[in-house]
Amino acid sequence: MSDSLKKTASAIRRRVIELSHEAGTPHLGSSLSCIDIITAMYWHVLKIDPKNPEDPLRDRFILSKGHAALALYVALCDRGFFPPEILATYNKDGGALPEHPGPKCVPGVEAATGSLGHGLSLGIGMALAGRIKGESYRVFALLSDGECNEGSVWEAAMMAPAQKLDNLAVVIDYNKWQATARSNETLNLAPLRAKWEAFGWNAVEINGHDFVEILTALSQVPHPSGKPLAIIANTVKGRGVSFMEDDNNWHYRIPTAEEVQKAALELQTV
Amino acid sequence: MRNAFASEITDLAQADPRVVLLSGDIGNRLFDKFRDRCPGRFFNCGVAEANMISVAAGMAMNGLRPIVYTITPFVTTRCLEQIRVDICYHDVPVTVVGVGAGLSYASLGPTHHSCEDIAFLRALPNMAVVCPGDAVEVRLAMKAAVERGSGTYVRLGKKGEAVVHQGVPSFQIGKAITLRHGRDVCILSTGNMLPEAAATADLLGRQGRAAELVSFHTVKPLDTEYLTRVFRDFSLVVTMEEHSRLGGFGSAVAEWLSDQPLQRASLLRFGTEDEFLHESGEQEHARHHFGLTAAQMAENIAARLYRKPALAA
Repeated sequence: MSDSLKKTASAIRRRVIELSHEAGTPHLGSSLSCIDIITAMYWHVLKIDPKNPEDPLRDRFILSKGHAALALYVALCDRGFFPPEILATYNKDGGALPEHPGPKCVPGVEAATGSLGHGLSLGIGMALAGRIKGESYRVFALLSDGECNEGSVWEAAMMAPAQKLDNLAVVIDYNKWQATARSNETLNLAPLRAKWEAFGWNAVEINGHDFVEILTALSQVPHPSGKPLAIIANTVKGRGVSFMEDDNNWHYRIPTAEEVQKAALELQTV
Repeated sequence: MRNAFASEITDLAQADPRVVLLSGDIGNRLFDKFRDRCPGRFFNCGVAEANMISVAAGMAMNGLRPIVYTITPFVTTRCLEQIRVDICYHDVPVTVVGVGAGLSYASLGPTHHSCEDIAFLRALPNMAVVCPGDAVEVRLAMKAAVERGSGTYVRLGKKGEAVVHQGVPSFQIGKAITLRHGRDVCILSTGNMLPEAAATADLLGRQGRAAELVSFHTVKPLDTEYLTRVFRDFSLVVTMEEHSRLGGFGSAVAEWLSDQPLQRASLLRFGTEDEFLHESGEQEHARHHFGLTAAQMAENIAARLYRKPALAA
């Protein structure tokens, strides 16, 4: 299981890096840090059917850190939600795939994100709708650590436990960087797990690149405690490419053709 | 207006299981009937408006028809970002309801005044802006808003305003309602100014000036068919709103007018000034400060009519 997920994640990383180069778009480091989580979601956790993307009973996944759109687009395409010809139009004039995901821009995208601090609240709305309508789907929102700067995240963090939303999970892609600085030096983020616990969540801390740990954590939704689940996933920005890992220049840098090749070589051996 | 709102949405929610109510920790006891009759569909979201708007949008994306309610500035400008992205960009049917619009809560001070909300919300794609004129229109507006498939902003006054409509008019979002016919001046009123507009028409009537009185309850989409007619048929058209003259209803009419070929009528706009009101006082005092009482407006209109050449018979 882990090996096949690793291979899938590596293929996604390669395509993401290629597209970043071809389209000239940034946020590579942020995309690479959450690809293992996204892979675990789409290849193992989510009850979804690419042939029936609007199934009312499907699990919902919200990429709240919308600047990692490229990772989501490639995953959805590889999973069969839309054809590769559409992926090739990423960020092209007149194309369907902007740098941040638009509403229903392709099948499988649950929410338009890019403005930070919206996804968890949307997820609460979706989870409550499921409860009201008697539908037993689950809702997952993936946030970045920098995104936790937004006050609305903490408004949502207070509401979900008050509503006892055990069908909701938040995953924090804790890569320790935000756009221009270390996240813990920008605002006082740490201790992240204790914060979510104090807000009333069932919080766990994992290695966000270890598929066994990711899958074990995500298997706890709905959680028997009746609380929503917060997964603090420790990750490395730029994960998978030696010269990008933990180097925040890759928040904005766009790889050259040579760098694309070099990265592809490293990722092939996975 | 407030009680009509609570009563109408209780009826709507009983008839339609998609209707849910989210409140920003206001309306103590106001929604007791709603909670009683529609258990599990009332959410006190606390004093956390940004989250409340996005939660409502997430519900609407999944088949519900949420109504979001709190004091006007806190449900509009405070969480404008969430309204813009989560309701309007996704184009989902959330009804945003602001209570205490304009100077309704004058005595609470400018933190609770709302004279900019129309300007901000009408600039958002997919958003309709509806300002009911009295309790009758509140009921009709809520029904129409919940049925509409996109975001709708409904701007309420407070409680206990005069009811202007004698019967139940036919109501459609985007269609103005003529309340009284006249030939000398056409008064277009939006929102809670309607009783004041009616009083202005009465005062003008006593001076022998017959005013047409119109409840222009929808600022967006603008009833341009109606405007085309009145700017052709009258020599003076007046807009009234408890909102800034920057960006509100009068601005919307002026924008439309500037794109038209030469019109017969000229436009006179009543609204609040580009300032915060620093002195304390009730709504009536605040209206007087901005020249928005019936007596002040009637005098102003009469002066304009006096200056204008008389209409050819």
